[in-house]
Amino acid sequence: MTVINIIEIVISILVILLAFLAINSKTLIKSVMFLSGLSMLSVLGFVLMKAPDVAVTEAVIGSGLVTALFVYTLLAVGKRGKKA
Amino acid sequence: MKNFLALALSLFIGFLIIMSLRNNVAFPEYGTVNVASRVSQAYLDRDVTENPGTVIFGESVNLESGPANTVTAIVADYRSFDTLGEVTVLFVSSLGVALLLGTKKQKRLEVDFHPNFMLRVGSRALFGIILMTGIYVAIHGHLTPGGGFPGGAMIASSMLLLYLANDSFRAKIKGFKILESAAGSAYILIGLIGLLVGGYFLQNVLDNGTLGSLFSAGFIPIIYVLIGLKVGSEISGVIDNFLTEEGV
Amino acid sequence: MLQYAAIVLIMLGLYGILTKRNVIKIIVSLNILEIGLNLFIVSVGFVDGGLAPIFTSQNATNDLNFVDPLPQALVLTAIVIGVGTTALGLAIAKTIYAKYGTFNLDEMGEK
Repeated sequence: MTVINIIEIVISILVILLAFLAINSKTLIKSVMFLSGLSMLSVLGFVLMKAPDVAVTEAVIGSGLVTALFVYTLLAVGKRGKKA
Repeated sequence: MKNFLALALSLFIGFLIIMSLRNNVAFPEYGTVNVASRVSQAYLDRDVTENPGTVIFGESVNLESGPANTVTAIVADYRSFDTLGEVTVLFVSSLGVALLLGTKKQKRLEVDFHPNFMLRVGSRALFGIILMTGIYVAIHGHLTPGGGFPGGAMIASSMLLLYLANDSFRAKIKGFKILESAAGSAYILIGLIGLLVGGYFLQNVLDNGTLGSLFSAGFIPIIYVLIGLKVGSEISGVIDNFLTEEGV
Repeated sequence: MLQYAAIVLIMLGLYGILTKRNVIKIIVSLNILEIGLNLFIVSVGFVDGGLAPIFTSQNATNDLNFVDPLPQALVLTAIVIGVGTTALGLAIAKTIYAKYGTFNLDEMGEK
């Protein structure tokens, strides 16, 4: 049981928890924020699996641009904070 | 009842995937892969068509595929036709967004947030740094992790920063459209040069150089810079479509 | 361990797509499924104690223990296609809201 194994187990549990929260949270903006966090944690997973190219791409696109698109869609329709 | 059916279906599919992982040829256990038995070993050894012997960083000259980053060698050289199709998919999706959201008279989206002076000036300074990082990542795609796709996305996020920091800013979208179509056409033109000179579509006809130097790998840095420009201008156009609305 | 977490993510995403009635929630579930699938495909090529598949001045020759580069190349393009489909889906969601005034699929027919 090395340090890397422990980090892997912690990341796995956090990823599943965040996915569950993103699907079942009450407001849409919280759901989007949990999705962004999940994307950032998956970057750590890619780094642990020795895939730096994929990690860079996912860090820029998954947790940056996609989150901005989601947030601006929610802002444009003025449904911030309302129930899903 | 519907939820129960959905749960049962999801559990069944997960069970199916886990059962197929029971240490067969296609899916060995996590971490026990034998890469030498896969086609990827040929990409690592660069002996798909030739037999160069041992590949050494900084010494091997004129390999069949020049980049030191093997992932780039697969994306932009061995499977470059795949990447051309993928860039086309991105083009079609940005076209769909422009058809759905682009209207004649556009103004900036009105949100309840007005940036102050410090934010405007600070983001101007950050804009240059992020843009330079994006260009660096795109140019060094054949040596370091990264490449055209993350580089283009970084260029697009620098544009997003300008949009966020100034609520009356509009980029010149017409220039982005010209840049995008020029980069896409140049990619196909490079493929046609390969077809005419080398005999295959997207064949690399330039000198491959020493493994690991900046001016090496023939067409691949050019292709990756073109992909970076195309992805960057496309995603900037998508961002502009999302941040504008109908109005005068 | 990460491989099983990826399978659980695929299951959660599929469950969300099938049960949620909100358009934004469906797109979020699609993104979760996609992240799980990317993690799973990369995990198929992982070797214990392997190196990232890039030749550097430290890892200079090809007889070292590299991980499989092919799944990484496939996932690299899949991520960029993912942002395209997400943008298109969000544009469709925005158009739906402009026409019906709601994101919920069940409330659309009542108007």
